[in-house]
Amino acid sequence: MTALAWLIPAALALGLVGLCTFVWALKSGQFEDLDGAAYRILDEDSIPGDAIDKPADQE
Amino acid sequence: MADSTEINPNPSVVQSRPSIVVDFDGEGDDVVSNAALDVPEARSEHLEQSAVFAVENMNCGGCMRKIEREIGLQPGIQHVRANLTKKRVHVVYDVAQTGTDLINSSLEGLGFQTHQLIEEDESSVSGDSDLLRRLGVAGFASANVMLLSVAVWAGLASDMDKVSMTLFHWLSALIALPAIGYAGQPFFRSARQALKVRQLNMDVPISLAVVLATGMSLFQTIKGEAHVYFDASLTLLFFLLIGRYLDHAMRSKARSAVQNLMELKSETAALINDDGTLSEIPTRHLMPGQKVLVAAGASVPADGDVLSGETMIDEALLTGESEPRLVGKDDQVYAGTINHTAPIQIVVRAAANDTVFSEIARLMEVAEQARGRYVRLADRAAAIYAPGIHLIGAFTFLGWMAFGAGWEQSLLVAISVLIITCPCALALAVPAVQVAAAARLFSNGLILKSGDGLERLSETDYVVFDKTGTLTLGRPALQNSDEIDDEMLKRAAEMAAASLHPYSRAILQVAEKRFGAVTPLSDVAEYAGLGLSYIGDDGEWRLGSPGWCQILNEPNTGEDLTGPGEDKKSILWLAGPSGDQVAFHFIDPLRADAVEMINRLKSRGVGVELLSGDRRELVRSVAQTTGIKLWSGEMKPDDKIKRLGELENTGHRVLMVGDGLNDAPALSAGHASIAPSTAADISKTAADVILQGKCLLPIMDAVDIASRARTLSLQNFALAAGYNAICIPLAISGYVTPLIAAIAMSASSIAVTANAMRLHLRDKERTSS
Repeated sequence: MTALAWLIPAALALGLVGLCTFVWALKSGQFEDLDGAAYRILDEDSIPGDAIDKPADQE
Repeated sequence: MADSTEINPNPSVVQSRPSIVVDFDGEGDDVVSNAALDVPEARSEHLEQSAVFAVENMNCGGCMRKIEREIGLQPGIQHVRANLTKKRVHVVYDVAQTGTDLINSSLEGLGFQTHQLIEEDESSVSGDSDLLRRLGVAGFASANVMLLSVAVWAGLASDMDKVSMTLFHWLSALIALPAIGYAGQPFFRSARQALKVRQLNMDVPISLAVVLATGMSLFQTIKGEAHVYFDASLTLLFFLLIGRYLDHAMRSKARSAVQNLMELKSETAALINDDGTLSEIPTRHLMPGQKVLVAAGASVPADGDVLSGETMIDEALLTGESEPRLVGKDDQVYAGTINHTAPIQIVVRAAANDTVFSEIARLMEVAEQARGRYVRLADRAAAIYAPGIHLIGAFTFLGWMAFGAGWEQSLLVAISVLIITCPCALALAVPAVQVAAAARLFSNGLILKSGDGLERLSETDYVVFDKTGTLTLGRPALQNSDEIDDEMLKRAAEMAAASLHPYSRAILQVAEKRFGAVTPLSDVAEYAGLGLSYIGDDGEWRLGSPGWCQILNEPNTGEDLTGPGEDKKSILWLAGPSGDQVAFHFIDPLRADAVEMINRLKSRGVGVELLSGDRRELVRSVAQTTGIKLWSGEMKPDDKIKRLGELENTGHRVLMVGDGLNDAPALSAGHASIAPSTAADISKTAADVILQGKCLLPIMDAVDIASRARTLSLQNFALAAGYNAICIPLAISGYVTPLIAAIAMSASSIAVTANAMRLHLRDKERTSS
């Protein structure tokens, strides 16, 4: 039983971390341009202070 | 002949307008006056503004990178973000250093076709991410609850004691209840709305199953019993949300594509203020009585009367008539028509919203009603299915009660029935088919605006075309260029370069092909409705109508040259000082693949007809060239509707293809409709599918894909029906627990979705072979 006492919270916490990451990704606009994201990964050099640092921050 | 004091020496000069900046933050005044911007130093703080541009030919990562890099390096640009999915670029800039005109022209300088979007539609974006968030929550909760359930089910077989089981149930309840409350909202809301108007839609049984299963599980948890099925309700929601999200994403993608196209047209108007200055305001903010400047080449922003100036107005979109009309003071001009020759000032007669021709709007409304009666395939199935499910569920419950089972067990069996009959084919498979179809259509240059448009398209067996702008390109081309010698063509082109009249453009186009660049002559005067005049060293040259060029004895050669469908209106003359005369003949050329498309349609046994608002002779010639037997010319919008009505009455399902404002009512009246992207806004609104590019053949693809999508949808219904035929009796007889029901339901969901994706697969095979 003692194993359960920390295993279950640990499992739930990990799940929650995943959910929070997803919600964060959603909020920061990472799902807004799925076609573009596929190409962006190939773009090695970005202009300093460019959009990539702060994607779609106007909510 | 003409009095030279009235001549505007260089008509092209007037086109350049004072630079105007519009305030795009959507707050406060829409107009930043020109004067305030002349002194940027006065505002020391950086005034940031954002603007959105639609970039049509941004198709790859390279384009996206190029835009972000090049625009980002320009002075005053603080933030650039390209969105490849929506083909839009979002720019934040400093008003003091740059402006939207500048950004627009630099985008064009990079080789992109672009225009500014005045108002970005944000509602669809937020709707998308809202569903996605609910989907994420349902996914998280169902995975975790499933984890706990597996432990419980395994525990039942081994030695789990009742305390830990109850603990696990409570934990599940803790996760499931808020998650169901949040993720299930789209369904609960829709079910409540349906019940409010005393109707059943598919969300009613879904909500019922979810709520009953959850409530029952909570009750069992409190009592410490074993029948807890939070996992079933969550998995159900998770799968249904996937379907809902796919459907929503498809529609919002289509909507943004359509919006990119719609705002292509003159969405701002140059308002003349009382003090004579100009300011640019969105067209829809125009009020009756305001004065507006319409530059040459721009489209008229609102219905109005001409205050000053004389020009040729192209009303092809409105009437189908390919010949521009001469308007002068006090003549009426209509929104959406194009000003060709010279700038004019107009007084707005009707506010932007009323402007869209009350007559056409009224006709459309009537026509829309007929289409509004169309019931989507999924809804038709749902109308039979939903009451059936409720009846079966209720009878199961009553039956088990009657046979002496306790109410708890009876309810459990009834819940299993509700879950197993869960309409995944309707909720998931049909959207999945439509998404796959819309994606295929999109890559063929067709924008599908709604799912039911696709269904209606698949049922059509008769195609009615408009002529101007649909079968033809909608702009004239020089027909007899071979007969005109270089010298005369060159002179004509040099004069024509000063004019925006479609005939002048056509001459210029041919000349540029033959000689390369043409240097325009300065001091060419344009007389609206007559022609052009140039006084050179050797005397006066005139290019224009026979009367203007003083072709008194109009030679009969004109008759010989003109084909059966032409008339003298499409002939232009060039007359030189030494008596040289040459005639230019114009036709509105067919789209390159028009004939092939008509032939292919006919070879499939699809009826083809041509209805046009243009003059009979012109319609006849097009009909003969394309081999369309049934044609009528000089059709008014209500004539077209009447003809469509006749066809519907004889049992045909008509696909209407047209572009003009005069086609808009017919587009609404047709069973399905397609409009080219060059069409009037109102026609694009009315059409189910918008055709991009210059080709007509994609229409064939549209019909093909629509009918394949229909086949797949029907197959999915069959799959779902077969699955239900096996599972419902099992569920009624109590062999299925809610958990097994949820798993079986998911399996059938995956089966129908996989079937839907075959539309994509088969297409790829076809294109690769």
